[in-house]
Amino acid sequence: MQARDLVRRYGEGATAVEALRGISLEVQAGELVAVMGPSGSGKSTLMHILAGLDKPTSGTVTIAGEEITSLDDRKLTLLRRRHIGFVFQFFNLLPMLTAEENVLLPLSIAGTKPEQRWLDDLLSRTGIDNRRTHRPSELSGGQQQRVAIARSLVSRPTILFADEPTGNLDSRTGGEILDLLRESVDAYGQTTVMVTHEARAAAIADRVLFIADGLIVRELERATAQQVLDVMAGLDA
Amino acid sequence: MIGVALKGLLGRKLRASLTAIAIVLGIAMVSGTYVLTDTIKAGFSGLFTTVYQGADAIVSGRSAIGGGDQNGPGLAPSFDETLLPRVRALPDVADAGGNVAYPTLLVGRNGKVMAAQAGGLGFGIDPKRADDAIDPLKLVSGRWPTNGTQIAIDVATSEKKNFAVGDMIGAVASGAAHRYRIAGIVKLGDASIGGTTLAVFDLATGQRIFHKQGKLDTIYVKSKSGVAPPKLISELRGILPPTAQVRSAAAQAKHDTDNTSSFTSIIQDFLLAFAGIALFVGSFVIANTLSITIAQRTREFATLRTLGATRRQVLRSVIVEALVIGFLASVVGLFAGLGLAKLLNQLFVALGIDLPKASTVFATRTIVVSLVLGTVVTLLASLRPAFRATRVEPIAAAREGALLPPSRLARFGLPFALVTSAAAIALLLFGALDSSATTKQRLLAIGGGVLILFFGVALLAPRLVTPLARVLGAAGARFGGTPGRLAQQNAMRAPSRTAATASALMIGLALVTVVAVLAAGLKSRFEGSVHALFHADYALTSQNGFIPTGIASANALAHAPGVEVVSSVRAGEAKVFGKRIGITGTDAQMPRVISIDWVPGSAHVPPFVSKDYAKKHGLHVGSPLTLQVPSGRTLRLTIRGIIDPPKGGSPFTDVTIPNAVFDRAYANPANLYSFIKMTGGVTSENTTRLNTALQRFPDAKVQTEGQFEKSQEQGITLLLNLLYVLLSLSIVVSLFGIVNTLILTVFERTRELGMLRAVGMTRRQVRNMIRYESVVTALIGAALGIPIGIGLGALVGHAIAYPAFTIPWGTIVVFVVAAVIAGLLAAIFPARRAGRLNVLEALQYE
Ligand SMILES: Nc1ncnc2c1ncn2[C@@H]1O[C@H](COP(=O)(O)OP(=O)(O)OP(=O)(O)O)[C@@H](O)[C@H]1O
Ligand SMILES: [Mg+2]
Repeated sequence: MQARDLVRRYGEGATAVEALRGISLEVQAGELVAVMGPSGSGKSTLMHILAGLDKPTSGTVTIAGEEITSLDDRKLTLLRRRHIGFVFQFFNLLPMLTAEENVLLPLSIAGTKPEQRWLDDLLSRTGIDNRRTHRPSELSGGQQQRVAIARSLVSRPTILFADEPTGNLDSRTGGEILDLLRESVDAYGQTTVMVTHEARAAAIADRVLFIADGLIVRELERATAQQVLDVMAGLDA
Repeated sequence: MIGVALKGLLGRKLRASLTAIAIVLGIAMVSGTYVLTDTIKAGFSGLFTTVYQGADAIVSGRSAIGGGDQNGPGLAPSFDETLLPRVRALPDVADAGGNVAYPTLLVGRNGKVMAAQAGGLGFGIDPKRADDAIDPLKLVSGRWPTNGTQIAIDVATSEKKNFAVGDMIGAVASGAAHRYRIAGIVKLGDASIGGTTLAVFDLATGQRIFHKQGKLDTIYVKSKSGVAPPKLISELRGILPPTAQVRSAAAQAKHDTDNTSSFTSIIQDFLLAFAGIALFVGSFVIANTLSITIAQRTREFATLRTLGATRRQVLRSVIVEALVIGFLASVVGLFAGLGLAKLLNQLFVALGIDLPKASTVFATRTIVVSLVLGTVVTLLASLRPAFRATRVEPIAAAREGALLPPSRLARFGLPFALVTSAAAIALLLFGALDSSATTKQRLLAIGGGVLILFFGVALLAPRLVTPLARVLGAAGARFGGTPGRLAQQNAMRAPSRTAATASALMIGLALVTVVAVLAAGLKSRFEGSVHALFHADYALTSQNGFIPTGIASANALAHAPGVEVVSSVRAGEAKVFGKRIGITGTDAQMPRVISIDWVPGSAHVPPFVSKDYAKKHGLHVGSPLTLQVPSGRTLRLTIRGIIDPPKGGSPFTDVTIPNAVFDRAYANPANLYSFIKMTGGVTSENTTRLNTALQRFPDAKVQTEGQFEKSQEQGITLLLNLLYVLLSLSIVVSLFGIVNTLILTVFERTRELGMLRAVGMTRRQVRNMIRYESVVTALIGAALGIPIGIGLGALVGHAIAYPAFTIPWGTIVVFVVAAVIAGLLAAIFPARRAGRLNVLEALQYE
């Protein structure tokens, strides 16, 4: 996945806000990239554009060799089906479906059937094996997020986006979710881009991008939590 | 995806059933109407089939002017009884029996007539023939009457009113009432005859009390075996006088059934119209409920879109959901219709329309129409919300509190609403004011205009909600404390939602207001006429006031002490200028009891015609007037006067002839009204004198002007009540609309309600808040609907050119109070739900 010179402006004239002011980046297959930055720095905006949920004011995004910023809604939808997975801060599970049905939703939307071995493996790795028939209201926050992650992995997307996947969870549960994401990268070679506030989360990434005021200001490879915290402290100052 | 839609539906059972109720009610009305009218039709057809099953051919009287019913007074004439032996003498006839018939009421132990509304049939039959199977009357117990002191009555009366063989019972036909000993209990054919009573006499007695000496009304003919009906019919035709006709039994049954089914078809269309209104209101409710649930599911649709669902899949999932709701609701409605049919029937019986019934008829057509109609209406109502659901962007999944984007057409909203309303008003004005169009065209234009107007106003309503809520919610905000203020603001918070909810109620309220305005106009017109015309002291009518009654009662009054004038108005049918019309008869005394305007040059005596009729046919005083009466005779008269009746009508039809002429031309003359002048005017002594003179005429009643006016208005009052009851169905549907909106709103504001409770709002205050909001919504519906109803009432009144324009203020106040009560009722369930919210859970609710 590749992004070039992304600019995103909200509003017009005097009140216009430039959330992104020219961001370029590249994510290699099988890589876990974390995006960090102060609140309002443009992380979510970047994610939405990379995932084709939002369009940049200028610039391009290429996923699996396809330039996505000029695609129409239908083509984008099909691209999402094949290539993109999402994990939200709010789990966005459908309350009336069971855990397993929620996981299978992307496949049933696309009208395909899961491979049983793959599904079993996925459910056991995400730890919801014994919660298959539970409904979201019967699951804890961490379990719900596990279901959401399994859902995003089930179609084996080219790239997975996660926007503060631990933002709604306590630190222990959050840690488990991060382990799960790391594991999916290691076990399935799942390319992942994750936005996070937490240094601990960034520490599991292969690479950490720091954003401030709509620009990439630093980049660290295989950083420790302490290194990440130091950089963040510098940005806030 | 379809699976997701269906699961979603299961997960939102409450919301889905809320959507469905509107359709259930509308479809129940459709299916109930069909079941009821099919059952009545089957009842009639079963009745007539069994009535004629013993005979092969039926000879009956034939009206020379067409139409007519052998039992109606003054319509089909009777024929000479000498026809019977000649029929029996025909080579292919095995047997034949004859009878006479005339409307006859039974008189109860209290001296009052029974079944004054449903009416009674009277027969005189030949006892020698009565046991055989040709005649439709069958003896159930006892014996046939054989002389002038005996009678047989129907099973239902004997059971309901406790009359057994050997008891005495009164009966009144075209003369004075007499008492008879019950010789037997009979039934007509093998089917129900509704509320109608039977009185059977031997032939000679029947002929005497029906004033049909030497006459017969019907001959039932049985052919020898092996004779084809056409051969029998043509043989009979050869000997019939011009005043008789013959039909095969099957043709006669079909003829009689057809006569009644045109009547049941009118009932059917009438009821279906109200079902249509309920469904129309229902479609508003469904569209609104779906819009709200879809708005609430924005996040869900967005999530589906991020997971790769196309817009088309989202559209399809909403539509499938609507189809399933629509279909299931239609199935429930279909069966609810079976119950509703019973209720409707009770309503009709209560209004005095007790019709024959077979066992419940549940036709395939009923099933198909109900299911298709309910599903299609739901589908159509779901289209707009469904398309809005497709407008949800995937990114909404990542945003909290994402709102449904406005529809693409939203920015054309105001111009579109204005154009629609303007078009509707143009149609309405055309309908009301263009006098060159026919009444039918004008009423069609008004009907179409009304439908479009409702749409237009519903589209405009979101803009009216805020100012209306500000005014109508002021009382609540002023005296209801914080809950009142919040309720007022809540009503204004989603104006299009409040508007759609109120619009559904607006439709029902507008229609009842139209009815109230027209009824008030009709009444005031009618009362105006009565005040202008009524110059007598008393009026004499039949017990129910509408059917004509034999002339003997009026004649009896002529000799009562104190009576100065009795002048009667006869009613009958005749062919004049090639058209069969109702005519009236009166006498030269009439101007002493009725003060009607005469065109200059008139002698104030019959024959006279109305001014409009004279104009239409170029008639003047002195013009010849030719009438053909049912017996075939032609009357040649000279017009002596032209009346100018008031707008509210008069006792006279367009053509009025002298009673003396009338009585010679019609075998069984009957009076519609008689008017009486007495020395001393209206006094209790005079009333007693008249009632004493009428003792033997329980089918007639004497009334003062005020009583006469009231009883003549009963028709309007009855119709008015029927219309209110039927329209209330669509109001109930719109109430469910309010319930839906409130419940969905409570869902939506769960977190907010939790917060309010957390900062100290009591359960009671929460409930009051919901109640106030409901009442404000209902009042907005009233504020939109009632003025529209008054305007429409004025226009329709103008188009049908009869009623005076009167605003029934009292009734309107009642409607407003009813709207408030309706709002409170609609709030019961939602308020209870809101009050019961658990604070902690509500605060954590996502
Ligand atoms: N829909 C919008 N309209 C206008 N401005 C927006 C919109 N969405 C985001 N912004 C602005 O763009 C900037 C970047 O927002 P963004 O949501 O990307 O920040 P973020 O880095 O994700 O912050 P946080 O860590 O708080 O989630 C902010 O200044 C925000 O106010
Ligand atoms: Mg963010």
